Order: sequence, then structure tokens, then C-alpha cells
Amino acid sequence: MSHSDLPPELRYAKTHEWLNLATDGTATIGITKHAQDALGDITFVQLPRVGTVLKTGEVFGVVESVKSASDLYVPVAGTVLAVNEELELAPELVNRAPYDEGWMIRLAVADPAEATALMGAAAYAQSLP
Amino acid sequence: MSTLRCTPLRDFHAAHGARLVDFAGWEMPVQYHSILEEHKAVRRAAGLFDVSHMGEVAIEGSAALAYLQRLLPNDIARLAPGGVLYSPMCHASGGTVDDLLVYRRGPDEFLLCMNAGNIAKDLAWLREQSAGFAVTLADRSDAYALLALQGPRALEILQPLTRSPLAQLRYYHFCEGTVAGTPCLISRTGYTGEDGFELYHAPDAAPRLAQTLLDAGTPHGMVLAGLGARDSLRLEAGYPLHGHELSDEISPLAAGLGWTVKFDKGIDFIGRAALQAEKLNGSPRRVIFFRTGDRRIVRHDTPVLGATGATVGQVLSGTLSPILNEAIGSALIDSAATNQPLTAEIRGTAIALHRVQPPFIPLKKSP
Repeated sequence: MSHSDLPPELRYAKTHEWLNLATDGTATIGITKHAQDALGDITFVQLPRVGTVLKTGEVFGVVESVKSASDLYVPVAGTVLAVNEELELAPELVNRAPYDEGWMIRLAVADPAEATALMGAAAYAQSLP
Repeated sequence: MSTLRCTPLRDFHAAHGARLVDFAGWEMPVQYHSILEEHKAVRRAAGLFDVSHMGEVAIEGSAALAYLQRLLPNDIARLAPGGVLYSPMCHASGGTVDDLLVYRRGPDEFLLCMNAGNIAKDLAWLREQSAGFAVTLADRSDAYALLALQGPRALEILQPLTRSPLAQLRYYHFCEGTVAGTPCLISRTGYTGEDGFELYHAPDAAPRLAQTLLDAGTPHGMVLAGLGARDSLRLEAGYPLHGHELSDEISPLAAGLGWTVKFDKGIDFIGRAALQAEKLNGSPRRVIFFRTGDRRIVRHDTPVLGATGATVGQVLSGTLSPILNEAIGSALIDSAATNQPLTAEIRGTAIALHRVQPPFIPLKKSP
């Protein structure tokens, strides 16, 4: 996959989550186009409660497709500020718009340096098969 | 991947964006773009499936009927030439070797269509049981490609491509004809619960026939559909899949397919005594179907819990019904527990399984 398909402003985790760090220290997190494509039709997304405190690499939810259920890993530590409630009734938004309407959680990031240390688009593109 | 077998349409699938997976040793399209969308297109308009991996065995000879009457619990004598019959094939124990379609091509001439994953096992069983019968068995699996055109628009898509009068072809009947110049056995059957046709034809003609059908069907809303949609369509229709709702351990009676077991046909078919006893005493476990009212899929092998929280069975098949927008499935349950409230646990949440008498949706067609 060419990294021109990947939004350049996002950071990426090996486990195929993306993270968008805002200047106020909050970050929006979802899964990449590559991840949703590998999963196929997404039928259910389980997300944490607002206020949940997550450690780096912790499971924050589950994404189910017709064929499988996969854990979602939070790429940086933080506290959940918001979850995308639209996904409850329309999980297919993750397929349709993984970087926009398909976002999953917003986090108060504990240490913004953790976020900037994630891969950029070029490095993530290279990590893909 | 090099050890996987391919149908003659492998390159056709790849060219149309299919995701190819290992299915019973075959490299098959599980989906083209979306399982859910392919499923809905079949219910709304039509879908074209490559099921060339299915096995075909020709059975001929003066004792062909007598042999099949002994082999199969359904009553093959009721089948006139041009007719198709669904039957399980049972062990002496009553467990199910496979389930198959029987085509009667003439008084002494039959064709069986069977599950791809069971071809070798079935052939061995068919040969073993043929001792003493004047029949010849021929594995014709490599001689047939098989395309299934399924959905409410199937008739209007197919009719312009053939002179065979399809409106006169009744459900579970077939004729020999040509489709777009390709000789075909045209069978009004399917595995989706919709009207439709299955076209048996020579493998070398498959790519051209598939493309012709795709071109003819696209203006009607037909899509290419993979095995993912085939599985959710059959489950929504309440049809069994061997290895799930039927198996060596699950008899047709336990699976709710009592209508396929003809005790009164006057033949001591294989499994008769065991099935008779099972009918008399009741099956110890039964296949039930359920819906959940929840989108979380209750997957194969998930334990099913009864009223006291004890395990009373396992899930056999589970998927999301794209039509009902909720998880549906089947489970094998201790008969004593079938009237208890049943639950299954998904990641710590108890999901209630509401029993449903299949089909889950009104069917246009049933065998």
C-alpha cells in the first residue's frame, strides 16, 4: 500500500490503530483502512465507558466482523473522554470512513511524547505486507 | 496456497476483486466487496455464486434405484426423471455421512451432488455400500463446473439466454438445455431460500458463461456473491450445513429434518433401525435455531447455558442476519433443556438466545 492513501497528519500503531493528536493534548483513535479491509464487514464495535483509564497497549474494545472478533489496543496511555456512539447502530461507518465518521474513542493523553513516538504514514505504509 | 485446488473461475474471481480463502481445500471467493451487501442483493435482486467445488457422482445401472433406496433415507422411488430430491446419507448409527441432492436423469441414471469437503469420504462410502448392486459409480466432479444464480430476478436474467422454457421448470426439477450456447443441466434449486437456478456445465466453458451471466444480470441488480453470503443466506433460510447442523454425530431427526427420513418407503435403508429407535425414544440432543436481538455474533462452539447456568449445548453456526439486523444461529442442545431459557456468554455478557422455528425470514421457495 502506498502511503499516499494514509492521512499524513495521523500517527499509526503496529496493531493498525491510528491516532490524531490535537494541540490541546487530546487524541482521537480509530483503526486504519488496512485494518477494516482485512476484517471485512464490521458488525459490532464494543467501546469502553467514558472515564476509563487505559495503559499503553491495553485492550480498549473489540471490533467484530462477520468472520471474527478482534481486540482493539490503545496505542498511548490516557483517559477516555468520549466514544463514538454512532457506531452502536452503524458499525459499518468503520468500513466506510475509517479516518472520519468511523473514529472510535477520544482520549486525554497522559504523555503526548508517547503519541509523537508512534509511526508516521510512511513508516506505517512500509510495515504493511 | 499452492496445495489448494481451484475452480475454473479462480482468475475470474481475482479479476473481480474477490478475497480468496481456503474452503475445504479449495481456493474460493469468500466475498467480492461485502458479505452483507452481497447477501442483501440476493434477497433484493440476484447473486451469482461459483460452487464448482461441489462434488458430482454419476450412478447408473439396473440396480441404481434399489441401491439409492438402500443408501438414502429419503424415498428415491418418488423421483421421476427430471426431478431433484434432497436427502441425508446416514451411517448405520443414524449419524449423517453427508447431505446431497439426487438428480434422476433416467430410469436407471442418477447424479448426486455433494459437499466439496466430503467428496473423498462419500465416494469411499458409496463404493463400500455398492457391493452386491448392479451399479456403476463414476466421480464426475472434475467434469462439472457449477454456477448458482439465486434471487427473485433470477428467472428474468436467465430466460433471455436460453430456449428452455424456465417458467415451466418447477422448483426441484431440472432440464438439459443450453445457456448462452453452453450445454447445461439447468436445475431449479439453490441454497439461499430464493428462487434460482444451478447450472452444471463443462469447466472450460465456465469463464465465458460466468461473464455472460454477469453482463446479463448487472442491469437487474445482480452481483457476484461469495461463500460468506452463501453461508449467511442458508442460515437465514434455516438450511443445514454438513459439519454444523448435520454431522457424523447429528442425525437428520436431531437436526429437525424428519421429513427426509421415509420410514414407510418399505426399504431397510442404512440407519433405519437406529433412526426408528431415535424417533421412538426421542433424540438425546436437538438442533435449535435462535435469534438474539443483539448485533454481537454468537459464534461456532460457544457454550450454551441453561436455566441453572450449566452448559446444555454448543453453538453450531452463528452469523449476523443482514435482513433482521441481529445475530442468528443454531445450537445443539440437550433435549431436556430445549424449553429452558437459553443464554450464551460473549466477553462476559450474557446474551439471551430466543428460539425460532426456521426459516428466519419468509422464504420464496423451499424444497
